[in-house]
Amino acid sequence: MKTKHLIKIAFSGLTGNKRRAALTILGIVIGITAIMLIMSLGQGAQNLILSQVQNMGAKIIIVQPGRQPSGPSDIAQSMSDSLKEKDLIALQKKSNVPTLAKIEALNVGGATASYENETYRMSIFGASELLQKIYNVQLTEGRFITDDDVKNRADVVVIGSKIKQELFGESDAVGEKIKIKSRNFRVVGIVKKGQSGFVNFDEAAIVPYTTSQQYIFGIKHFHHLLIEATSEDVVEQTLQDVQITLRNSHGITDPEKDDFYATTSESAIDQINTITTILTLFLVSVAAISLVVGGIGIMNIMLVSVAERTREIGLRKALGATSMNILLQFLAESIMLTAIGGAVGIFLGSSISFLTTIILTQFLGLDWPFSFPLSAALIGLAVAAFVGLVFGIYPAKQAAKKSPIEALRYE
Amino acid sequence: MALIETKDLEKTFEDEGVITPALQGITFNVEKGEFVAIMGPSGSGKSTMLQILGFLDRQTKGTYKFAGREMDDFSEDELAHTRNKKMGFIFQSFNLLPRTSVFENVRLPLIYSNVPESKWKSQTEKAIQAVGLFHRMNHESSQLSGGEKQRVAIARALVNKPEIIFADEPTGNLDTKSGQAIMEILHNMHEKEKITILLITHETYTAEHAERIIKLRDGKIETDSKVANRHGAKDFLK
Repeated sequence: MKTKHLIKIAFSGLTGNKRRAALTILGIVIGITAIMLIMSLGQGAQNLILSQVQNMGAKIIIVQPGRQPSGPSDIAQSMSDSLKEKDLIALQKKSNVPTLAKIEALNVGGATASYENETYRMSIFGASELLQKIYNVQLTEGRFITDDDVKNRADVVVIGSKIKQELFGESDAVGEKIKIKSRNFRVVGIVKKGQSGFVNFDEAAIVPYTTSQQYIFGIKHFHHLLIEATSEDVVEQTLQDVQITLRNSHGITDPEKDDFYATTSESAIDQINTITTILTLFLVSVAAISLVVGGIGIMNIMLVSVAERTREIGLRKALGATSMNILLQFLAESIMLTAIGGAVGIFLGSSISFLTTIILTQFLGLDWPFSFPLSAALIGLAVAAFVGLVFGIYPAKQAAKKSPIEALRYE
Repeated sequence: MALIETKDLEKTFEDEGVITPALQGITFNVEKGEFVAIMGPSGSGKSTMLQILGFLDRQTKGTYKFAGREMDDFSEDELAHTRNKKMGFIFQSFNLLPRTSVFENVRLPLIYSNVPESKWKSQTEKAIQAVGLFHRMNHESSQLSGGEKQRVAIARALVNKPEIIFADEPTGNLDTKSGQAIMEILHNMHEKEKITILLITHETYTAEHAERIIKLRDGKIETDSKVANRHGAKDFLK
């Protein structure tokens, strides 16, 4: 018997009871929808984060205080204050890190700013020129923080579009003075709207880090050190030199006991990939449970169907169908059921993912890319068909086993 | 060589330890081209016998040779292929596939055959034409009357040009007129195509279309005799 006719027969078997077929595949539809949704959104999230990290540029090394978190209990470590002025000076020495092009400190916190009668709570970045380079910050007006500002502990601030809107409305902001921690800061630049992602610059104010340390946060350490290597080729070398220099500066001999960690954008990408992949796999395996449940449902209904169609089986055998013909017919039915369920699931999953993307983009202002993971769709379809095969074999065998006489006599 | 040769054919059914003998030593031959009616009261074993002769069931004891070859030598798949190629079945309850057109019902045996697909359409149409249902070819089986359904079943039995047709009470579910029409068709098939027919019936009038009547009782052959006053095909032409 040809595959074409096998498929036709199986299809007409399914359409004989459409409502039941639809209910039967519901489990598979839900399972594949969930898997598709998770994989699509997971890939979207991964792409979003990766594009942010990649924007940082391949030459950048970020140093943070504390140990690299290896578990939830380590999070507190990252609040440590191990990066200080002396580290900055040590790293700036050519003899220590010869391939270092630029080094800047970054401090992050929150504060309330006021202008005339308006006040606004915002994020404060104590930064320098390099921040603009790393996050590709674009301005609509004025200028960014300069090295001179840093050197002079200048009271200047670059504000995000939201802050500008809240404090100044439509009137000009550049040149005006806003109050942060009862100190007057002159607005020198405004960040272009929609500069968000990792960092939401719409609601951030950027001041020279030296100023932020002394007048806003009142600390002597740094939250981050941003280092730019002279070229992409020497990033690894620079990273090692930075680590050695910091260990010397902190008197650490055992790298296991580092009280800082330094990452390149490349290693950050690796980490993000690992984390999102593990997370996606975990969620997918949870969703896969519903496929097993759906498969059991398929098996159940196929057994009912085989019992109901005992006469048909008997007739087909009487007219010359072999046991293998009957086995394949019912197997094709269950595979077709689950494959249709899989296709519907792929469609639903990607549609919901697409809608989610629109919502995230439109209402949360995230630049969340929609992603249709073709591999996930193909795998989903294959898995669905496989479920049909596995859970269809038993009912199909039951059908093939029937003797034509018993079957024809069945009422 | 006889088309059907049986010797001491026995069949017993066992159900929860209770053994019921259905056939108790049946010996008879059917020549190629014969039209044989099998009669007998219910429980006499006529359906059981037809099922064994039609390769749908196996005997418990004795031998059955179809076209010179013992049934015991056939594998299950060979039995299926033989049913497909050389045998046609007509059942009392028609056994058509629901929600399926007349054409597709008649074509069904060809799907399981090795007849090339290019010939399916013409063979199917020819069989439908032979039972006079060409105008109903695309109707669903559920839209047909009982007599028409049985004619579809006959066309299905004929489509693969079998050597023998097994008909188990083909007129049992039909009114007299439709029943007569069915017998007319079978009769003509036998006259024109020289197809061997084995027919189960409990109506003497129906049985008298055959050339020979075998009467069964309690799983044994009671009588086996030629029909003296056979209804001729010409009777129907009146």
